[in-house]
Amino acid sequence: MSGKGICIDGLKKRYGAGDTAVDALKHVDMRVGPGEVVGLIGPSGSGKSTLLKCLGAVIDPSAGRMVLGDEVIYDNGWKVRDLRALRRDKIGFVFQAPYLIPFLDVTDNVALLPMLAGVSNGESRAKALELLSALDVQHRARAMPSQLSGGEQQRVSIARGLVNRPPVILADEPTAPLDSERALAVIRILNEMARKFQTAIIVVTHDEKIIPTFKRIYHIRDGVTQEESGEGRGFG
Amino acid sequence: MISLAGRDILHAWGKFAFTGLGLGLLIGVTLTMAGVYRGMVDDGKALLDNSGADLWVVQKDTLGPYAESSSVNDDVYRTILAMPGIARAANVTYLTMQVRGHDNDVRSMVVGIAPGKAGTTPGWPPYLVAGRQITRGHYEAVADIATGFKLGDRIAIRRNHYTVVGLTRRMVSASGDPMVFIPLKDAQEAQFLKDNDAIWQSRRRTEASPALNRPGVPGLLDAVIASQSTNPFVNAVLVTLKPGYEAEEVAASIRRWKRLTVYTRAQMEAILIGKLIATSARQIGMFLAILAVVSAAIVAFIIYTLTMDKIREIAVLKLIGTRNRTIAAMIMQQALALGIIGFVVGKISATFAAPLFPKYVLLMPVDSVASFGAVLLICVLASVVAIRIALGVDPAEAIGG
Repeated sequence: MSGKGICIDGLKKRYGAGDTAVDALKHVDMRVGPGEVVGLIGPSGSGKSTLLKCLGAVIDPSAGRMVLGDEVIYDNGWKVRDLRALRRDKIGFVFQAPYLIPFLDVTDNVALLPMLAGVSNGESRAKALELLSALDVQHRARAMPSQLSGGEQQRVSIARGLVNRPPVILADEPTAPLDSERALAVIRILNEMARKFQTAIIVVTHDEKIIPTFKRIYHIRDGVTQEESGEGRGFG
Repeated sequence: MISLAGRDILHAWGKFAFTGLGLGLLIGVTLTMAGVYRGMVDDGKALLDNSGADLWVVQKDTLGPYAESSSVNDDVYRTILAMPGIARAANVTYLTMQVRGHDNDVRSMVVGIAPGKAGTTPGWPPYLVAGRQITRGHYEAVADIATGFKLGDRIAIRRNHYTVVGLTRRMVSASGDPMVFIPLKDAQEAQFLKDNDAIWQSRRRTEASPALNRPGVPGLLDAVIASQSTNPFVNAVLVTLKPGYEAEEVAASIRRWKRLTVYTRAQMEAILIGKLIATSARQIGMFLAILAVVSAAIVAFIIYTLTMDKIREIAVLKLIGTRNRTIAAMIMQQALALGIIGFVVGKISATFAAPLFPKYVLLMPVDSVASFGAVLLICVLASVVAIRIALGVDPAEAIGG
């Protein structure tokens, strides 16, 4: 595994203290290389969301080590100072619901991230349009989110996650509201984008129809991950 | 960087427009209330300006003639005229009453003006918008245009009828009642005129009094009856000064030698504004304070609601790296935009509504500027609650779980 992608060693997360302490993550090891899409699967309460929040630099782990791209972001109590900038520049998010900003059109929904990073409006919109073209929604560039279909909204959401070229994208149930055909199309797009932009993508899912598409899967149960890999999996 | 607040406003312009309209009407009421107070002050100043006087000589130890009743003998002005520094002195009477027109009656201040001419004799209306000044000793009137009377109208004051020969403008009492000017003698009569039955009974009583109807004193009864049916009093003497004389010095001289109370222009203005309309001003001040609090509450509630509607979007914005100050600025800009929309609507509505009020409403630019500042301040303060909520949103809410 190269220094890119995501690398997690012995990650732990404990909520509370003393007798009421709950170990949401007991021991998590993960490796996702650049250009790779892996699935993260587990029952409710297994720690998926907690892991996603730790990876997304939204909550602090209790112990362990996390490396995003070539930057250590957490190491047994030490963490990077500017988590907001880390989320903006190093992590892309794709949600179960697209959560597009309803008062921005498609282009500005995608262009907002580079704008937040200080890129000029013109350059940000050019980047957005390039990605929208790659995701085949450029014809909806001036539309408002409410005017898009569910599949189009999710593609715009993926474009938003990719626009700052983060080394990692975290996708939280991205196919849940979609039918089989559209769900498989979204996974296909994620695979294409991972390859094209050399992004490591973790897809949290319950969706049985897309699980067979992953080359590698991490199962999480009671806060512990276990890797499963198999030949013949996925689009690759 | 694009304006998130601007985009949100454009996206939900209908909500903002109607909210701004509602807020604007509230601000319009606030501006109009301030205008009512300013109008009262201006009415008071207009009353003093239009009287053309430098000094007001009134009954001793009274605040007359506008704030309290005052009664001064009508020959006092002659002795005042003889004092150093006095250019002119003229009697004047004021009587607030219902003046009957052709088919209606109007609450007016009837002003009795001494013989003379406009521009020189204090108390006269300084200018006319139609007709001419009073030229006869009796039964002519000049009315403020706000009375609704027209040239040639016949109006009734007590038992006498007057012909409106001139119309003037902005001649009002301190309470905003339009003035009707009539000759002094008629006004003195109107102030003390009794009905025929009362006069007849008074004469009968006088005739029946052995002290006043003495067989050996011819003419006594007639003299007493004549004194009972005439009025030798006026409410005040209006005085103008010769150039180079200080008002306070001349006033002190009149007080000392005539045993009367004298007010300068500044003192009379203080009486009108500080005493006559002070209660009304406090009343209006209370209304203004309540309206400001209500406006603040409405803006706070609206901004709070708009922010709560966007909690998920705010969580997403925070998750993708939006600075707290960008989110706070978005909310504050929306609050300010709402305030600006409201102020514009309020200013326009107050401007169009002001002339419709029965009394003078004076919308002063300084009040508008102060109101604009207050609205912006209220909006900033009102957005604080919403900003606190927005900044407290956990970006993890966007991830769920």
